[in-house]
Amino acid sequence: MKKLKLSTVALAIAGPLAAAVVSITISSLAVLASHKSPIDAYKTMWDFGTTSGSLMQMLNTATPYYIAALAIAITFRAGLFNIGVEGQLRLGAIFGAYLGAKFILPPVLHIIAIMVIAMTIGGLWAAIAGYLKVKRGVSEVISTIMLNSLAGGLSSYLLANYFVDRTTNSNNMSTKTLPASGQFPDLMPLLNKFGVEDQPGGGVYGMLVFAIALGFVFWFVINRTRFGFELRASGSNPIAARFSGVNSKRMVFVAMALSGAVAGLAGLPAVLGETHAFNMGFRTGIGFSAIAVALLGRNNPLGMGISALLFGFLEVSSRSLELIDIAPETYVIMQGSILLSSVIAYEVVRRYKITLQSKELAKAVAE
Amino acid sequence: MKTKAVKFLRYATILVFVLAIIRQITGASDLTSVGTASAALLLSVPIVLAGLGGLFSERSGVVNIGLEGMMVMGAWAGGMIGTKHGPWLGLLAAIVFGAVGALVHAIATITFGVDHVVSGVAINIIAMGLVRYLSTLLYKAGTWQGPSQSPDVNSIGTNSLPVLSGGNYFGWKSPDLLASLAEKHWFFISDLAAILRGITGDLSYVTVLAIAMVPLSLFVLWKTAFGLRLRSAGEAPIAAESLGVNVYAMKYAGVLISGGLAGLGGGFLAIVAANHYQENQVAGRGYIGLAALLFGNYRPGGIMMGAGLFGFADALQLRDSASVHALILLIVVVLAALVVRDIRKGKIVKAALTFAFAGLSLWYFMAVKELPGQLVTMTPYIATLLIMSLASQRLRMPAADGIPYRRGGLR
Repeated sequence: MKKLKLSTVALAIAGPLAAAVVSITISSLAVLASHKSPIDAYKTMWDFGTTSGSLMQMLNTATPYYIAALAIAITFRAGLFNIGVEGQLRLGAIFGAYLGAKFILPPVLHIIAIMVIAMTIGGLWAAIAGYLKVKRGVSEVISTIMLNSLAGGLSSYLLANYFVDRTTNSNNMSTKTLPASGQFPDLMPLLNKFGVEDQPGGGVYGMLVFAIALGFVFWFVINRTRFGFELRASGSNPIAARFSGVNSKRMVFVAMALSGAVAGLAGLPAVLGETHAFNMGFRTGIGFSAIAVALLGRNNPLGMGISALLFGFLEVSSRSLELIDIAPETYVIMQGSILLSSVIAYEVVRRYKITLQSKELAKAVAE
Repeated sequence: MKTKAVKFLRYATILVFVLAIIRQITGASDLTSVGTASAALLLSVPIVLAGLGGLFSERSGVVNIGLEGMMVMGAWAGGMIGTKHGPWLGLLAAIVFGAVGALVHAIATITFGVDHVVSGVAINIIAMGLVRYLSTLLYKAGTWQGPSQSPDVNSIGTNSLPVLSGGNYFGWKSPDLLASLAEKHWFFISDLAAILRGITGDLSYVTVLAIAMVPLSLFVLWKTAFGLRLRSAGEAPIAAESLGVNVYAMKYAGVLISGGLAGLGGGFLAIVAANHYQENQVAGRGYIGLAALLFGNYRPGGIMMGAGLFGFADALQLRDSASVHALILLIVVVLAALVVRDIRKGKIVKAALTFAFAGLSLWYFMAVKELPGQLVTMTPYIATLLIMSLASQRLRMPAADGIPYRRGGLR
């Protein structure tokens, strides 16, 4: 039995290692295609990416990815796939920013109120897909994709016609700026105390702390509560779950709505921490990158955290590639190849483990 | 088979009739114009191709969410090769690029057993990143106008159905009966003529080719040994294997054909529907193709009908927002029909709810003169959601669709 354990450890390392080798090879080929040296590219990226300014931006990029990935992981654990995070976070952010600027509450309460608004909107939007799945049998994959497109159109319609702040004269349409009580404090003053110096354009979203806390909550709810157990049960074996008294239809609906509620929060780090309003420059594509983060992190809170940081690092550090005349878009190739090779590596390792176990079993039975 | 065709014709006639009435009431003349019908056909073709792509893949048992990414690859290759080497080679390149995307999907799902949806989504993310990266390279090399748009592609010729819709045949100029009928403004007859003129006149050769794919797919999948084997891989792979079918090979074939068709759909968007590649040109049409596949219950004819509906919604959205406004009235009519059906079945609560929704739609129709642009662009997606929610319960998907298959029974 000891031998099996040793090989399990070896396998756990071999999978990611093989994935890393494959993805580095593909990325290097992409750089070579533009007649540049991959070594130079990686060195430039590393040098730029490890400056403290870049690291701060990495954290800021990773925070929304992480929250959105948690949202997707909820549905993955329930055997569903919420591709609509992009739309849910967009609507959550615009409603949170618009309604949040309408009232004034004591500091912490105000932020909580905005979060509740964003969660409600995101949850309701995702609940449409949940309802269609349960009542009408529409695949949630297709309905959430359609809802993404609808959310995009709806948010620009609302912003242009109803939510725009007409008191300021600016080309960039924006909602009214949130009052100070609704702004999430930056981590920079705290970091200063630890000797980190201010960086131009720097600052670290305070919601980073919130995101980490959310990761713990996710872990606890999924792994340590009855609700989490039922969620996982209906995901991994719906028939068995039904026989043990889990209402799988209700579970589908609840999982979609909950996922949407969490997704609604993913647009807030930038809104509450940086722009203090929803404007035309709101980042697109968070929801799609987050799918990759969730897949890479295997729906595990820690794993998703690491992959969110990795994606943030690649995205920020690749900006330096322009200096040596390589397209910064190279990071997309890197992210994509990492994603695909890891997903394949996980599966190969899983299959190999099963083969190994059945061999061990056969041997044990023969003895 | 004959009764099905009759049924289809009857529904189509009713639809045109209702549209004619609505046109009469609202004055939205573009609802049944020649231009709308031909745009609807043009916009359904990529969706038909994507849907047929999905058909081949899913009939072999592999779910293909990656259609979107394969279409993106095809559109990009169509634009890139098309500008340099002419439209026909561009289309060929689109097929090849789509198939390359499909090969990645096949390797991941069939050889390595990765979850089909996961792999498909990964391919979509990668395809979009890859084309953006490659476009930047070409832009830097000075061959493209911008990183998000290719130079123009030469047009592929068009022709029309002889006698009915005009056109040129070996120097003989054919009369254009339908167009002259459409200009008479007779109720219903002119509407019908205009729609027929739209879908038979000024056809691109590629459109004809693509529409021919529908009966061809039906033939290949249901009348040939290859089709039987491919479908058996999607229904009962273990049984098929025991009878000597190479299930892996069949699945590979299904997915590769799927990618080729999706790539062709993308190339069509770049070369025929527009005359250049543009970023976000595909805009979810791969997914809508998948919706058409589900709507059509995994049958080629159904896919074509579904694609026609989505193409119509898309065409109205692109041409004229007044027609989209008139379309709300169509929704009211459909809802009213549903109310009558529910009352007959004795489902009073449901009928009341539908009635309330119909009333709400009617009020909105009366209250708003014209829909704002941002909402008009949402038409095809709303149409997809509505159609899916009205029509997706009696699906009969291939029995082993989406289940990773491994020879020898190990999972």
